[in-house]
Amino acid sequence: MDALFTLNNIRYDYANTAQPALHDVSMTIMRGQRVAIMGANGSGKSTLLRILDGLYFPKSGTITAFGEPLDEHHLMDDTYAHAFRKRVAFVFQNPDVQLFNPTVYDEVAFGPLQMRWDKEKIARSVAETLDMLEISHLRDRAPHRLSGGEKKRVAIASVLILDPEVILLDEPTAALDPKSQSMVVDFLVGWANSGKTIVTATHDLDTVPDIADDAYIFQQGTIVAHDTPANLLQNHELLLAANLIHAHHHHHDGVPHTHPHFHLGHEHDHSGEI
Amino acid sequence: MGGEAHHGKRRGNFIQRTIDSLAETLERSLYAEQFAEERGILQRLDPRVKLVAVLGFIICSAASRNLPVVGAIALVAVVLALLSRIPFTSLTPVWIGMFVFSGLIAGPAIFLTPGPSLATLPWLGWHVSSYGLRSAALLILRSEVSITFSVLLVMTTPWIHVMKSMRVVGVPTTVVVILGMTYRYIFLMLQSASDMFEARQSRVIGKLSDSDARRLASATVGVLLSKSFQLSNDVYLAMQSRGFRGEVYTLDEFRLGQNDYIAIPLIFTIFVSGIWFGLV
Repeated sequence: MDALFTLNNIRYDYANTAQPALHDVSMTIMRGQRVAIMGANGSGKSTLLRILDGLYFPKSGTITAFGEPLDEHHLMDDTYAHAFRKRVAFVFQNPDVQLFNPTVYDEVAFGPLQMRWDKEKIARSVAETLDMLEISHLRDRAPHRLSGGEKKRVAIASVLILDPEVILLDEPTAALDPKSQSMVVDFLVGWANSGKTIVTATHDLDTVPDIADDAYIFQQGTIVAHDTPANLLQNHELLLAANLIHAHHHHHDGVPHTHPHFHLGHEHDHSGEI
Repeated sequence: MGGEAHHGKRRGNFIQRTIDSLAETLERSLYAEQFAEERGILQRLDPRVKLVAVLGFIICSAASRNLPVVGAIALVAVVLALLSRIPFTSLTPVWIGMFVFSGLIAGPAIFLTPGPSLATLPWLGWHVSSYGLRSAALLILRSEVSITFSVLLVMTTPWIHVMKSMRVVGVPTTVVVILGMTYRYIFLMLQSASDMFEARQSRVIGKLSDSDARRLASATVGVLLSKSFQLSNDVYLAMQSRGFRGEVYTLDEFRLGQNDYIAIPLIFTIFVSGIWFGLV
């Protein structure tokens, strides 16, 4: 496996905020790796994904993608930008900002059109992608009129059609009904041996073991842990400190007690009782 | 709102009803594009021809100093709307809105412009100047013509084709990028505003005092403004992420057809006549 992204001491600040959104972030993402970026809201996960997609540029530190520096200067070049956008796709947390075409068909065809594919190839690929995501019946519908789960599927289809090497997903299961959640997770699981590099930002711990082989925990804009999902999910103290699990009081078999609480495989995990 | 326009009777105050109806109007004009599917006269024209014609008519009415000429151009717009099967129910809110806004600007000229007095307002004693009345009518009519042609273009042409036509006629990439972003952003912002008003309404019991209502409204506007910065940024990033760099590519190729070859000389004749008679 070769390194696709190498980040070295990245720092990013939003205007008018004292606390940096990201600081001292160094990581390497290898080709074909499935990486989970875990963290509570505001921990810097989304900012990191935007940096990986060349949408934000770090204030300090360096980032390379596919062996070349990923910076504003390189992305100004049309050839480089096209090649990069073809290889890296980003599924936003809020599908509403991502869907801006009048029909689902136009939405899915938008990326290939920007890449200047020929019309026949676009028609064929759109049909295949809609079919794969089981949304062929929605092809003439307006994206903004769809349900949350359908919108998410259209958003995924609109980036998958380019057959990218890297897929960045920001909270892919957030605000979805259980059926849509499981559909999205099934997709992520299905990409396990596809050779694609998948980076998923999430605080949905339930899905992490299925969708990632490598995981980072972020807290207040920096990496606080890096290990396999299995090892990280066993460290309840760490998860509690990172606000990824919570202790709450409830009853089991009529006995009231308090322990760190999250769900894995739909079973309550009681091993870390406090 | 959840992405759906409201149907049926709406509750809420004036501001919320206004936001909801704006969202509905935008949705109809920007998204539904059902009128673009109709087989009317404007729908049969090449988008580039339509764009140039609309710009021509707007320039013509703006340049004209002759009220009957601007009136005649307004009549052309109404006839085109009829022949393009655009229902007047879609145009009336736009006409009323424009009348109110331009009327507020033009209104004072009726009394302030020097000239022969046509009448005097009872109690106030203000004189209605004939020159002032003519200036105000000209300004309002020009605004109505501009908005009607613009709305006709948007209602009879898929938005992506409007953007592509702009590039063809030399509109700079930056302007097209901003318009492309605005297209999505305005709708999302109205959705956001409507959601905020609904959320507020669900937590308010009884009737608020005027001062509380004003305080809440100003706080809401502040939050909305801050949200809108984030939203506009996200919409732009999402477009950029999928390779959009300002150049517009569409699945349909533009080709001039028989209708366009008939329309071009006709539009040119109206344009030249409008400019000629409007300036003399």
